[in-house]
Amino acid sequence: MKNKSLFHVFTNGLLNENPTFRLLLGMCPTLAISTAASSGVGMGLATTFVLVFSNMVISMLRHIIPERVRIPGFIVVIATFVTIIDLVIKAFLPSMSDTLGIYIPLIVVNCIIFARAESYAFKNPVIPSAVDGLGMGLGFTCSLTLLSSVREIIGSGKWFGMQIMPDAYKPMSVIITPSGGFLTLGILLLIVNGIVKYIGKRKQMKARGEIA
Amino acid sequence: MNELLLIVIGSVLVNNFVMSQFLGICPFLGVSKKTETALGMGMAVTFVMALASLITYFIQAYLLVPLKLEYMQTIAFILVIAVLVQIVEIALKKISLSLYQALGVYLPLITTNCAVLGVALLNTREGYNLIESVVNGTSAAIGFTIAIVMFASIRERLATGNMPKWMDGFPGALITAGLMSLAFQGFSGLIQ
Repeated sequence: MKNKSLFHVFTNGLLNENPTFRLLLGMCPTLAISTAASSGVGMGLATTFVLVFSNMVISMLRHIIPERVRIPGFIVVIATFVTIIDLVIKAFLPSMSDTLGIYIPLIVVNCIIFARAESYAFKNPVIPSAVDGLGMGLGFTCSLTLLSSVREIIGSGKWFGMQIMPDAYKPMSVIITPSGGFLTLGILLLIVNGIVKYIGKRKQMKARGEIA
Repeated sequence: MNELLLIVIGSVLVNNFVMSQFLGICPFLGVSKKTETALGMGMAVTFVMALASLITYFIQAYLLVPLKLEYMQTIAFILVIAVLVQIVEIALKKISLSLYQALGVYLPLITTNCAVLGVALLNTREGYNLIESVVNGTSAAIGFTIAIVMFASIRERLATGNMPKWMDGFPGALITAGLMSLAFQGFSGLIQ
């Protein structure tokens, strides 16, 4: 039973409450760095790291931090892990650090991390909080990878830096400009909403016994 | 003087925070259903961003650099901004109640507005001096205000207009923002 519920917590972030497509949280990094699939993955994993550890620490401290000063408390914990990942990326992946630029320190103000600290980690024990952070982080990574893959393939004919479109394909460079970010996300959101609605309708029809 | 003018045009139009750097998207999408609230948010952000540029400059130049604590920048800046927003809220309540009532609701939201932390980090990265930092912060905030007010007025018209039903809500808003951003790209040739 316990394992099942942990699994449920994990998939919640991946699917039902996917940060980008369902909750629309953390839009700034999503739009800004999704021009190439590799930076999408990098940003997603950096955010996952911060989410897992900040969720864990905040959950450990949930009986110590007084309710009234919890927001500054969260900020300090989150900012500490963001500084750690910023320094690690600078030291080991300097080219990644150049492409992501100020968006790594800006993970501090990513609303996903704050939202999970406030609505989950502050009320739940350590292990579920870590699993919740992992699920949310991977959900964020998946949607960032999806968005940035679409933009990279259409906008520059490449995927993870490899040429995959035939030579005759002329890249639509508007997709990798800032306005393309808004447009691509808008269209992807339309598709995802459509799928969710379709699944919901099928479930209802199944419940009423109209289809097998 | 020329330098300052370049910074102003650069941050208001060419590198508009919302339209080309994607800073402050959350309030841009969240608080843009009505033109009046959008204007209120814009004014509150302008106020805080100008102050934050000023104060983070002093923190960086007189605290972090002499103590060789530059790696603490993110933590220091976000704490200063959070405290600053609190102080502004308390001070406004005492000094001008009408301004407080106009801006009050938006002030707490500003702590998590990445444009504020973003401008502080960009100022130190670009190596701006005190005046340049404040000018950059103020003009970036004005750029934010222009973008959010324009976007809100477009959304107001769309709400009564004939939008396809499947585009309602965020997808439609994002596509609108995309078209606006395309228009802002026209400014990109303004500065060489």
